[in-house]
Amino acid sequence: MTAQLTDTRSAVSLRGARLAYGDRVLWDGLDLDVAPGEFVAVLGPNGSGKTSLIRVLLGLQKLSGGTVRVSGGNRRIGYIPQQRAVDDTLTLRGRDLVGLGLDGHNWGMGMRGRRPRRERVDAALAAVGATRYADEPVGLLSGGEQQRLRVAQALVGDPEVLLCDEPLLSLDLHHQRVVSDLIDARRRDAGTAVLFVTHEINPVLPLVDRVLYLVEGRFRIGAPAEVMTSRTLSELYRTNVEVVRVRDQIHVVGAQHVCEDEPHHVVGES
Amino acid sequence: MDVLTWQQVVELLRYDFVRDMLVAGAVLGLLAGVLGPLVVTRKMAFAVHGTSELAFTGGAAALLIGVGVGYGALVGSLVAALLLGLLSRRDSDRDSVIGAILAFGLGLGVLFLHLNTERTANKFGLLVGQVVSIGSTDLWLLVSASVAVLAVLAFTWRPLLFASVDPAVAVARGVPVRGLAVVFAVLVGVATALSVQIVGALLVLSLMITPGAAAVRITASPVRATVLAVVFAEVSALVGMALSLVLGMPVSVFVTAVSFLIYLVCRLAGGNRQRAR
Repeated sequence: MTAQLTDTRSAVSLRGARLAYGDRVLWDGLDLDVAPGEFVAVLGPNGSGKTSLIRVLLGLQKLSGGTVRVSGGNRRIGYIPQQRAVDDTLTLRGRDLVGLGLDGHNWGMGMRGRRPRRERVDAALAAVGATRYADEPVGLLSGGEQQRLRVAQALVGDPEVLLCDEPLLSLDLHHQRVVSDLIDARRRDAGTAVLFVTHEINPVLPLVDRVLYLVEGRFRIGAPAEVMTSRTLSELYRTNVEVVRVRDQIHVVGAQHVCEDEPHHVVGES
Repeated sequence: MDVLTWQQVVELLRYDFVRDMLVAGAVLGLLAGVLGPLVVTRKMAFAVHGTSELAFTGGAAALLIGVGVGYGALVGSLVAALLLGLLSRRDSDRDSVIGAILAFGLGLGVLFLHLNTERTANKFGLLVGQVVSIGSTDLWLLVSASVAVLAVLAFTWRPLLFASVDPAVAVARGVPVRGLAVVFAVLVGVATALSVQIVGALLVLSLMITPGAAAVRITASPVRATVLAVVFAEVSALVGMALSLVLGMPVSVFVTAVSFLIYLVCRLAGGNRQRAR
């Protein structure tokens, strides 16, 4: 019994979740449990509600129906946004960015406990190999370096759940690899559940346990081998879609907007 | 111009109004310096300029109905800050919102001055600052309002910094980014209204923006930038006032000159800021 209880303890749980804007239903009847240490890729065309799902889990968007539960609540969530251009005059060093991930949400100036704080920030920086440029202005760093800081920022708070919204976008292949390996190491070492929104599954394919594929209100959840098939995707897109496997890569051919390159944002410009 | 001797300067320091002025300058330097880097980071220079000119409108209204100019300026800036904080939800329309409110507000200010038949001496002071405009009541208002602003700032410091430099992740971590934007606009509004008394509505930028802009040129550490901005603002305010006393010219002339000089030096020093590889 005990074993079963621990099995059912999921990090993220959605039950009969429905999200609709007026008449437009993004998804309905969504049941999803993400276990600790599990890596779930969220795929789908633009406007299918991938980012809205992240917003729901962050508590920034209310469900139209059903329930959502995130283990440990908002404070135990690490969030990695996509890489975006940073003003090169921004008054912020790498270590400041990571430090804000640790306690930036707390009121006050944080004058107490500065030494343990610094140690944690240093450790987080070292874990992603960012020690060398920790004191450089963030705006002068390359996209790959910035995303490594983002990973450190998300992990420094010791999250139980990691929400990643297109974190590999605009990174070159090498840095896509570096960032996804860091996320993979975290969920293996600390049992952090990972929800990874992406329009391109290939860079993370070896890490993915399950796929949540969203298309115009329809969705499918399952192992990549189950979901990423011509039959399943043709059903989802309601048109003929061909899934081609080339070496270790999956290519989806045939549907309009199957592969989109448009970036999107969890948070509107504010 | 009449240049004073040292003896005359020491003599001047015996006057309450001179001491009040220097205290006021020191307090303002602290306030403006602490706010400066955040104002620069949040790209609010034009908002500061807008609020300061609307402090003038508030002051003009106060003159007309016969209450303290300081209180009028405070109310004017607060109203302006609240309007800006609430109406400019997005960065992209902030400039145009400020432009629209500023133009109308200044028109009102001109109307109030036009309707006012007395106290012409004060009219000019509201725009370019005036040493003698600091009375003991104003000083009391200045010090207590500054303490309030600094207290709120200390309490909101970390989330405010988070929201300013990294809004996307700050929102995700539960920081009330929108609410803090309004709170910060109000803090800036209060500080602006207080500065208007000393350097005038036209030159508030020299205490709020220039030191902050200078500081972020030479450091990327938010804390260090704040400390430097305070030092720069204090130097600008106090040296500027001292020079104006000695040389017998308006305060704002020297405050702006000193702060601009510091800015130039910092720009040159930080101009070739490159990554140390």
